[in-house]
Amino acid sequence: MPTKDIISFENVSFSYSKIPVLENVSFKIKEFASACILGPNGGGKSTLLKLILGLIKPATGKVRVFNSFPASVRMKIGYMPQYTSFDSLFPITVMGVVLTGRVEKHLCGRYSQKDKETALEVLNLLNLENLINKNFSTLSGGQRQRVLIARALVSEPELLLLDEPTVNVDPGVGEDLIEILGKLSKKVTILTVSHDLGFVSRQFKNVLCVNRTVIKHPTSELTGNIISQIYDKDIRIVHHDKHTCIIGDEK
Amino acid sequence: MIELFHALTAPYASFLRYAFIVGIISSVPFGIVGTYVVTKRISYIAGAISHSILGGIGAALYFNFSPTLGAIASALISAFIIGFVSMYAKQREDSVIGSVWAIGMALGIMFISQTSAYTASLTSYLFGNILLISRTDLIVISILSLIVLLICCCFYSKFLAICFDEEHARSRGINVGFYYLLLLCLTAITIVLLVRIVGIIMVIALLTLPSAVASYFSKKLSSMMIISIIFCAFFTTVGLGTSFIYNLPSGPTIIIFAGFIYILIAIVSEGLKRHR
Repeated sequence: MPTKDIISFENVSFSYSKIPVLENVSFKIKEFASACILGPNGGGKSTLLKLILGLIKPATGKVRVFNSFPASVRMKIGYMPQYTSFDSLFPITVMGVVLTGRVEKHLCGRYSQKDKETALEVLNLLNLENLINKNFSTLSGGQRQRVLIARALVSEPELLLLDEPTVNVDPGVGEDLIEILGKLSKKVTILTVSHDLGFVSRQFKNVLCVNRTVIKHPTSELTGNIISQIYDKDIRIVHHDKHTCIIGDEK
Repeated sequence: MIELFHALTAPYASFLRYAFIVGIISSVPFGIVGTYVVTKRISYIAGAISHSILGGIGAALYFNFSPTLGAIASALISAFIIGFVSMYAKQREDSVIGSVWAIGMALGIMFISQTSAYTASLTSYLFGNILLISRTDLIVISILSLIVLLICCCFYSKFLAICFDEEHARSRGINVGFYYLLLLCLTAITIVLLVRIVGIIMVIALLTLPSAVASYFSKKLSSMMIISIIFCAFFTTVGLGTSFIYNLPSGPTIIIFAGFIYILIAIVSEGLKRHR
């Protein structure tokens, strides 16, 4: 049985006040064919995620998610934005953060028992059960990332969009994350932005290279040459035992 | 102290009882809305709304209708202007806020200067005057407090999600623009509640200081609200009592007391943090 398309882009272009960000982009993502988005800063990675969420509309072309308009199926998508924008003084517990992932379920009033049970399940899955009542701002970078992934998962999505989940995370913690995402990728389709090539090559079959255009590669074809092309620069690649990192400035 | 209790029970000083009751009742919306204002970091917007109220009060005095009505109308108009500008024209938001702030005050002073009978009342609106509180005010303030309380309880989780992470809330299909405007309107109505007691210029401090104090003791938004309510009631009650006993203006007394406590708690908790 052929698997269904989760995301399809047909000749999509988008620009911010006349500066083109994406031009003539076409690609498809099948169910459970999780992919990683690579590309230089300003290359259009976050724009791509916003188009999938339907937060912005393409100037030309067609974006379809679950064969529908993105905005109409937004509820089926779990989204983790980059966490740089958080207010470190905000008084909120881990449980509070995770519950906001189900904020649309009720018109008014408090979260239900079902919401809390689902939140607990997800927190257990991500090994966060000991931190439930901790203040979000007291957590380490890796813990915060896991909490934000939990928030994206608590709405029981069929598609998970992660914007740089491994940034600000220590290597050891990154390993945990990779393992967790590996487990999850059997249940949901994951699309993640990352600069961490080790992370990319071990967990994802496909790579979307985004730099005004989008080219889909199987991960196995990813070579130094292709990476240099994506980043428009000569980039040194460091191979460790477990990690492959991109080093180089991306302006 | 004893004379304060005598005055509170005396028939001639009903305004004093009203002032205390108004202070305590309005502490509920002040604590709740103040917490949103502090955590969403929009106190500059609240400042512009509160100052622009003078325009509405001036118009009310000039055209001879209820100053409270004028204050509510102008506060809501300012909230809408600032809300739409900050949603649709991201750049130069601060210039618009500053303009609303100054134009509101300018209109107010212009109207009041043309209203011969009320020239003396400008200072009461700017700095607060508990002698102006009537039974009608008490009823209006109670009803408005109840409305603000109900809306805030009803949409607590929505406001929380938006204040914490606007982008994520939008990705969950929440109409962020609508709730942001609603929050600004609630802020506008709340500010009007205590303008009579602390005045237009200082009311913003009573919105932010109790929540700023509460933020030292709370790790949840809801507990921050409850603690702010308690501190707000404490500030207004002690401030009003002190101002009556020593014959001081009520607004400045309340604000200086609140400011003093805030600085004290900030120093102590910073000290404790270093000590650890």
